Formats: sequence, structure tokens, C-alpha cells
Amino acid sequence: MASPAAKRNAELMERAREVKGRSLWVDARRRLARNKAAMVSIALLTLIALMAIFAPLLSPYSFDAVDYNLVSCAPDWWPDTTVICSAGGAHWFGTDSIGRDLFVRVLYGARVSLAVGFVATLVSLVIGVTYGAIAGFVGGRLDALMMRFVDVLYSLPFIFFVIVLMVVFHRSLVLLFVAIGAVEWLTMARIVRGQTLSIKETEFIEAARAAGLSPFAIIRRHVIPNVVGPVIVYVTLTIPAVILAESFLSFLGLGVQEPLTSWGVLIADGANQMETAPWMLIFPSLFMAVTLFCFNFIGDGLRDALDPKDR
Amino acid sequence: MLSYAIRRILGAIPTLFIIVTLAFFMMHIAPGGPFDSQRRLPPEIEHNVEAAYNLDKPLYEQYVLYLDNLAHFDLGPSYKYRDFTVTQLIESGLPVSARLGISAMLIAIILGLALGTLAALNQNQASDYSVMSLAMVGITVPTFVTAPILTLIFGVYGFNLFGHEITLPVGGWNGGAFRNMILPVTVLALPQIAIIARLVRGSMIEVLHSNYIRTARAKGLPNHLVIWRHALRAALLPLVSYLGPAVAGILTGSLVVEQIFGIPGIGRYFVQGALNRDYTLVLGVVIAYAVLVIVMNLIADILYAVLDPRVRLG
Repeated sequence: MASPAAKRNAELMERAREVKGRSLWVDARRRLARNKAAMVSIALLTLIALMAIFAPLLSPYSFDAVDYNLVSCAPDWWPDTTVICSAGGAHWFGTDSIGRDLFVRVLYGARVSLAVGFVATLVSLVIGVTYGAIAGFVGGRLDALMMRFVDVLYSLPFIFFVIVLMVVFHRSLVLLFVAIGAVEWLTMARIVRGQTLSIKETEFIEAARAAGLSPFAIIRRHVIPNVVGPVIVYVTLTIPAVILAESFLSFLGLGVQEPLTSWGVLIADGANQMETAPWMLIFPSLFMAVTLFCFNFIGDGLRDALDPKDR
Repeated sequence: MLSYAIRRILGAIPTLFIIVTLAFFMMHIAPGGPFDSQRRLPPEIEHNVEAAYNLDKPLYEQYVLYLDNLAHFDLGPSYKYRDFTVTQLIESGLPVSARLGISAMLIAIILGLALGTLAALNQNQASDYSVMSLAMVGITVPTFVTAPILTLIFGVYGFNLFGHEITLPVGGWNGGAFRNMILPVTVLALPQIAIIARLVRGSMIEVLHSNYIRTARAKGLPNHLVIWRHALRAALLPLVSYLGPAVAGILTGSLVVEQIFGIPGIGRYFVQGALNRDYTLVLGVVIAYAVLVIVMNLIADILYAVLDPRVRLG
């Protein structure tokens, strides 16, 4: 006859077998879903991205169609009725200084900004992860040398070098993407290197090795999930930084060129006209600010969700 | 301490040298020169122009020449502002930019410290949440959005202060008059206030949980003394190491601010130079900026070592 304790043990074992294991990712997703700011941000960003993708379908106007009868006209619903002219029609955000529809132009600006955000971040991801992983994995003198180099670069205002690049080579969109990505990889390299270094030495890796797991399985099951978390978090925080850099350059006239547009260009135009046509400043600023907020909230939410220390 | 400082200064020289070299060669492999215009110049005139600016010499000779001149603080003639040398332009712009930047920096440190401490002392209370949300706004919204929007509110629409209708000037330097400085300095300081407030809050909270603060309280030190004498000092350390990046941030911001408010500082010359492909001017300003940032990082490092007895100067 089994003792009550053994019986209870058997029962618990039975129950444990029924419980489904939760992986880090399931857990993270659940925690992210509970973060309201992050969820609202994801919804808003998706909406902005969809609007940007389907911009030509959303408005009867083309982004570069000039209408000299409607120069700097307010949208119909503008509360201040002392404006010079009312754009009418489907010009929901009014028109710009040469009569182009602002709604479509803001969405085309979103296209450029989001594209830069993803491409330049990808560039920084590739450079940063490779560099950091090599430094962390090899270690020793090479690691010290490589990180010293990163430290030196860190102390420089890098946006100036992007400006120099844009001056030297004619301002092309591709160069802009690559140049911004090429200066944003430093923090990524540091993060990956630090993670690789610390994980290499942890007890659970040793335990896994002692348990006879193959090196491949160790990398797949233990190293990658632990490096990927911080990398994903940092990627979501790099995207707004990159969008900001692009708009900054475009604002100064060193980025995207006419007739193509970006939020930086639109804000610069708006700033010139703000006394007579404030909508030209307000709408692009609003879209830009909302997008940047969304990425930051998602980044913070992901950080909270993926940091296993808080579990 | 002295040997540490000297070693750091010597370490900065190769960095500067690399920057100058990199910038110089980048500028000179550029396709198209500053004298390309719509109309082609006759070959002999073009040759004379190039000879006048030493552009006909081989690249390495130009490089040596440039380094030699640089050692005498001569950055060469500006290609676009023909009557000025780059050194003259920087000399005229630097005081203006410095005044703007230093004011913004001081305001950012004072307000950032105050707000960060306030938030840390009231952790998870209403004042903490409001300071942190404001900081989030300050960090997220870029200078080139805050500048025109603040100008629109305070410069165009105006505001009422104790019964006086006030509209701030929307641009111009006016010899550095106080009224003209308010908006640019505010715009420049905002993101830095936000970052410093966050930094100070974080380190302050950490320090307040440490043992020696508990000891200080246990021996009956009044609260304000605990904070002033013990907590604030330790919380200052991250702020000191942020000084270098802060200067870089202010410099970047000054490009936008000087452009928007029409302030004749070096940031404006830099942007104009970049738009006009005025290579010597851009090169000169980049070097000036690099020197500034490197010196600031140096000062921050040495200050950190002075303030933190734990840093071993081995």
C-alpha cells in the first residue's frame, strides 16, 4: 500500500505531464499583450503602414500633381476661417505651397520614413551583430581592440559624417539608407558582444554541455534565444532613431530630394509657411511624432516582455 | 592623476588625426568640385582657379599642405564665401554657437537634475509619472518639430504673461539679446533636460536603496542632508559621463536651431557649406566639432575619475 505522500507525488507528476510547457516566446507574447501602450502602438503603426502602402488608392490626387489654383489652401474643416482659401474636394489635409495634396504627401513621406527605418536598421543589424558576435566569441586581445575602436567611434557626433557623405556623393536615397545604417550599429555591436561573452560562461551552458547536448543544440536552444531578446528590443529602438536621422537630414535639405518627399522635408516646408498655413506644419509633425512614440512604446514593452529577469 | 590626464590627452591625438585624414580624403575623392557651374569655364581660367586653391597638386601634397596649415590653425579659404577664410568664418560663428550651447547645457543640467531628483524622491507617485511622461515627450519629439511648433505658439500667436501680451522674436540673433535667445535655447535644451532627468532619476533611485544611505538615515541625519550630501553626489556620476554625448547632442541640435532661427553660428555655416559643396568650410567645421567633442569627453573622463574614488587610474 502506497503512503499518502507517494500517492500525492504520483498525482502531481500526472498533473505536471498534462501542463503544457511555456516557452520564453509564449510568455513574452502574453506579457506584451497585457501592455496596453504597446498594443495601441502596434495597432496605430499598422494603420499608418497600411495607409502608406495604399496611399495612391486612398486619395484621388497624385503626390506630385501641382495645382496653381490651390496654393497653400486650408482643408475644408479648418476651424480658423480667416485663411486665404479653402482647398475643398478630397484635400483632407489641405494643400502645400505649390498646390499639391498634403494628405497624399504625408503618406508618401511615411513610405520613405518607414522604408529608411527598416532598411537602415537592417544594415545596422547585420554590421552590429557580426561585429559584436566576433568580438564576443573570439575574446581576448582582438575583443579589446575591436571594442576600443567602437569606443573611439562612440565619442564622435556621427551624424556629421553622414552629412559629409551626403555632400561628397550626390544625394541618393540608397546612399542615405546605407550611410545611416552604417553609423547606427555601435550600440548593437556592444549589446551582442556583451551577451555572447556572458552567455558563453554561464552555468546553464555548462550544464547543457554536461548533459551531453550537442554544440549545435546548445547554440539553438540556449545561446540564440538569449541574444535575440535584447537584439529585438534594440532593433525596435533603432528604427525610430534611424527615422529621426533621415528626417533630420531631409529637414536640412541634405536628404530626400523633390518631388519625392519625407516627413523632414514636409516639416521644413511647413516651418517656412507656418504663419499663413499652419496645417502644413501640423500634419507631418503629428504623423512623425505619433510614429516615433509608437516605436518607443513597443520597444519599452518588448523590453519588459523579453527580460527574463523579471519573471 | 596627472599622468592619467596626460595619457588621455595623448590618446586623443591619434583619434583626431584619423578624423582629419578620413574627412580630408572623403572630401577630395568627391566627384565634381566646388567650381562646377552650369557654364563651363575656359580651360586656362579653370586651371588658374585650381592652381590658386592648390587643387592641381597631387592629392598627397594637398594633404601634407592641409596638415601643415592646420598646425597653424589655418583651415584654408572658403570656396563659397570668397573673401573669407574658413578660420575667420569659424571665429565669427563660434562665440554665437558657444553662447547658445552653453546656455542650453546649463539649463539642461539644472532642470534635469531638479526634475530627476523630484521624480526619484516621489517614485511611482503622480509627480514622478508626470515628469517621466514629459521626459518621454522631450526625448521622442525631435528638435526640428519642437522648434517650429514652439515658434508658432510663442512667436506667432503670442501669449499672455501677467497681463502683458508677449510675442517672442521668431528669428534673428540681434547681438544675442535675451528675447532672441529664449526660444532657441529652450528648443536646444528640451531633449537634454529629458535625458538628464531620466538618467538622474534612475541613478538616484538606485543610490537611495544603497546601504550607506540607510546608515546615514539610521544615524539620524535629516532627510535634506542625506539627499544633498550623500545621494546627490553619487547620482551625479552618470551625469558626468553623459557630458560628452550631451555636447554631441547639442551640436547636432544646433544645426537645426541655427537654421530655423537664422542664427549666424557655425552650425549654420556647416549646413550652408554642405548645401553649397563648400568643401573647405565643411571640413573645417567638422574638425572644429570633433575637437570640441573629444575635449568634452576628455574632461568628462577626468572629472569622473576625480569624483569617483572607485575608479582606479591604473
